[in-house]
Amino acid sequence: MPLVKGGKIVEDSFVKLDVDAPLPAAGDILVPGDRFLKDAAALLARPGKVGVIWPNNRDIDELVPYLGKLAAVALVFPTFRDGRAYSQSRLLRERHDYRGELRATGQVLRDQFVFMLRAGFDSFEVKKQADAEAFTQTVKRYSVFYQPTGDGRITALHRRMQLRHSEGVGT
Amino acid sequence: MYAYDEIDRTLVNERVSEFRDQVKRRLSGELTEDEFKILRLQNGVYLQLHAYMFRVAIPYGTLSSEQLRRLAHIARRYDRGYGHFTTRQNIQFNWIKLAELPDALADLAEVGIHAMQTSGNNMRNVTSDQWAGVAPGEIEDPRIWSELLRQHTTLHPEFSFLPRKFKIAITASDHDRAAIKIHDIGLRLVKNEKGETGFEVLVGGGLGRTPFIAKTIKHFVHGRDILSYVEAILRVYNQYGRRDNIYKARIKILVHELGIEKFSREVEDEWQHIRNSSLQIDDSVIEDIRSRFTYPAYEKLPHMPDELRQAAADPEFEAWRKNSVAPHKVQGYSIVTISLKPTGGPPGDATAEQMDALADLAEKYSFGEIRVGHEQNLALPHVAKRDLPALWKALDKLGLATPNVNLITDIIACPGLDYCSLANARSIPIAQELTRRFANHELANLIGRLHINISGCINACGHHHVGHIGILGVEKNGEEVYQITIGGRADESAALGTLIGPGVKFDEVADVIEDVVEAYLALRERPEELFIDTVKRLGVEPFKERVYATR
Amino acid sequence: MTSPLEQKKIKIAGPSVVTANRTWDGIVVYRTAAKGWSVDLSDAAIVRNSDEAKALLAESVADDVGAVGAYIAPVQVDEEGKILPGNLREQIRRTGVTIGSQAQV
Repeated sequence: MPLVKGGKIVEDSFVKLDVDAPLPAAGDILVPGDRFLKDAAALLARPGKVGVIWPNNRDIDELVPYLGKLAAVALVFPTFRDGRAYSQSRLLRERHDYRGELRATGQVLRDQFVFMLRAGFDSFEVKKQADAEAFTQTVKRYSVFYQPTGDGRITALHRRMQLRHSEGVGT
Repeated sequence: MYAYDEIDRTLVNERVSEFRDQVKRRLSGELTEDEFKILRLQNGVYLQLHAYMFRVAIPYGTLSSEQLRRLAHIARRYDRGYGHFTTRQNIQFNWIKLAELPDALADLAEVGIHAMQTSGNNMRNVTSDQWAGVAPGEIEDPRIWSELLRQHTTLHPEFSFLPRKFKIAITASDHDRAAIKIHDIGLRLVKNEKGETGFEVLVGGGLGRTPFIAKTIKHFVHGRDILSYVEAILRVYNQYGRRDNIYKARIKILVHELGIEKFSREVEDEWQHIRNSSLQIDDSVIEDIRSRFTYPAYEKLPHMPDELRQAAADPEFEAWRKNSVAPHKVQGYSIVTISLKPTGGPPGDATAEQMDALADLAEKYSFGEIRVGHEQNLALPHVAKRDLPALWKALDKLGLATPNVNLITDIIACPGLDYCSLANARSIPIAQELTRRFANHELANLIGRLHINISGCINACGHHHVGHIGILGVEKNGEEVYQITIGGRADESAALGTLIGPGVKFDEVADVIEDVVEAYLALRERPEELFIDTVKRLGVEPFKERVYATR
Repeated sequence: MTSPLEQKKIKIAGPSVVTANRTWDGIVVYRTAAKGWSVDLSDAAIVRNSDEAKALLAESVADDVGAVGAYIAPVQVDEEGKILPGNLREQIRRTGVTIGSQAQV
């Protein structure tokens, strides 16, 4: 499954660990939330970056104490019609000021890219190669956004205010 | 009228081009139906019995003549020459070809119409009072706020994949014509003691398998906070709404399972985090939206013009005027309801010819504006009283002057088994038969205000729970069977109807309804006591006895 | 009226066909014995037991680009071999709405 990060298809430096898979001595790991919480101190002490795979039905608050130490949080879309992780990602970015990698995993198609970017995701495990390749094109599809989110894009309401103001100055 | 600016137009065009790409990928096999289904639903495309169905949004029920002509064009060019107005200020076309849909959307985009979020598990078309902006005594025009919410809910990055569909309705009048109490969120515009505009917020209404009347979650939310408050409700719902069972996924179930107190505490907690964010709207934003609504340049006209006085001699005109013409906030003007419920016709259907002709009439008599109401009728919102006789003649020629608004033949019906793949039984033929049985307008007037609502399955698109008389079609051993309730209502005193007896067969429905009506006529205290009030006074028992005694 | 999603356990009581809607225009179609789709019910492949039905449905569902929403529908076959819809829903899908004129009177 291709990983898109920074707008490009990249090699994934993280190895995903199952609940009971042996811990590699070094290297970057993505650990299921349960396992991470049980053993957070030890996991964070080992060499290599640590990321957490957080299920979409568990309160994100439990992860908050560790956010400063995590290199990645992977949120899950079990199907692309299940949108809980959009709320989790906005909370991580906008309320808890998480600045590490925020990865969308599960059923990720090109048709969600814009929503996901706006909600704060910056990396994407894309289901289909063709969708991963179309990333740059797809995210340029929209230039107008009605809602303010943490991605900082200017909203339609505020653009109107600016236009109005500049018109006012001109006359 | 709200006029799109370049920003709104750009977004709609971007959406059309995205959908064009999605359709292309579907037809080439790049997208499976399973993947495409959600994408098409987000753009109002269903698969029905005979073909794809295409549902177009008419936000807060306001259309210009130009827009209505374009809908006629869609009916003619891409469909079979007619459209069906729904109970949520949408219009549906029943035979659209998937391959042609992107072109149809592009045609609509040219006049500022879209089909975004008219289906799917997202925030649906924001609806409002079809008399918004013209009804006497209204607090203020609710469409300003509807438009604010329309924009905010369009392609929302967090709430486009909710547990289930989500409907918002807004009213600003004491008499609720927008049925806000059967919506996921109902907003009632109110003023606080300082005279500031805000909302009473209701939550958790809805029909379907488990109907609930919405409960008040907060008595006053200031206008500037409405986006953050709605966002807080949605965030709680998006995270905690059930996703394990489609029939338990609506917010009404979450509100019911948590209880309104606990639910409102959750919302309150969330709201405190976001109320002072960029979601707060200042007056300039509201003024900007208001400035793009154009209001007619009304003339100073007499309350009772000569034309009206003379026409009063014509009993047919008078019957129509008394039935279909309502007071306007400006002296000398009226609101005219256009019944889409002719005798023997499918409720809510209009032909392309009727739409075109109505667009012309609106230009001539109503400042180019048409409204769509949840009762599946249209309205001309700004008709000078002196023009009423001429307008009536023109409407009559078009078959659009049936004087049955709010009467027993003004029936709400879903498409039913004639079109819908979810339906278990037919709705439209039942409505047609009832309009024939009660075709005599004197009889209908004698009966007075009476709303019959018909659904062809438990999903309740025909709002049967809140009909004064509700008819629900189900399937039993391969046969259509209809359950009849009485005492429901959808207005400010919203209530769910009560079943009056065992289900009856297709052929017997009209007879039973006649018996219910006869029972009412015998039971009412005086002619002014409406059906719904008689049911309220006596309960369903006396009706049950009279209707089922001989069955 | 069973939705295709609920037809996981396939059990048929009598002669049946597979029906769906054509992908590009949505028109009602029936699966033929030649592994294609036809708008004419008389071209439909008839299945008479659950194994046949299962096989025909599987093949139909696999042709996702040709037609969507495939499901098994009952039919009646008369003495001359003419195929008729087996219930009201299928009757309506075949012959159209029952409301008289499709537009307003």
